[in-house]
Amino acid sequence: MATDTDRIEKHTLLRAPIERVWRAVSEAEQFGRWFGMHLDGPFVAGERVTGHIVPTTVDPGVAEKQKAFEGAPVELWVERIEPMRLFSFRWHPYAADPNVDVASEPTTLVEFRLEEAKGATHLTIVESGFDAIPLERREAAFRANEGGWTLQLTLIEKYVTDASR
Amino acid sequence: MRAASAAPVFAALGDDTRLAIVARLSARGPQSITELADAAPVTRQAVRKHLRALEEAGLAAGRRVGREHIWELRRTGLADAQRYLDEISAQWDAAIERLRRMVEEEA
Repeated sequence: MATDTDRIEKHTLLRAPIERVWRAVSEAEQFGRWFGMHLDGPFVAGERVTGHIVPTTVDPGVAEKQKAFEGAPVELWVERIEPMRLFSFRWHPYAADPNVDVASEPTTLVEFRLEEAKGATHLTIVESGFDAIPLERREAAFRANEGGWTLQLTLIEKYVTDASR
Repeated sequence: MRAASAAPVFAALGDDTRLAIVARLSARGPQSITELADAAPVTRQAVRKHLRALEEAGLAAGRRVGREHIWELRRTGLADAQRYLDEISAQWDAAIERLRRMVEEEA
């Protein structure tokens, strides 16, 4: 059984046609609008695309928070583009720290999977590969977040209990 | 005790025996190698090896008490690992809501 520490998986149902969602995730300009980055070129399978963080135009509150990272460079390595089904790329999660050269560090894989659901769209986002990310990179990520956090060892215990069955 | 800063916490936790050791230290507090080996389906030697891996990842620390080595959790290491995923997970939740706003309201 794989551990839960290596991946994040999100599921959501979007009340929009699959063609609309596909364009929003697989076209660089559209992706940038909701994610909050400007990309210098289109998404092409097997190719790298560079860009930088810009505040999202979709949510003013988030845009305010993103201002701190405005201009920070981003790099995506596009892996697969399978229309209406799958879009995937690799990147450095939290590459927003300008003091760290992350170019040689491991990347995570981000996958968007789409499924039609009666005129709506079921979207699954999986980001995996965190096991390989050095701890000091994670600490940089923590500093970007002032939010509270409590240790939940019970989750690990629960995992162990479940995994042993 | 080794510094936790460069340690592969997630890799250290990606093993069922090590996770079981972490869970037992969490539930029972500090334990000797003997106690941990008695509870695990592996040899004392294997338990010692797993404890070293946890130590290098900054997740556990050992100290000598008389003739025994007593091991306990270092909670900051665990906290960092989980907190990182929580943070990125929350970022994705927020990004999905922005995507939702874009595709549902413009449709």
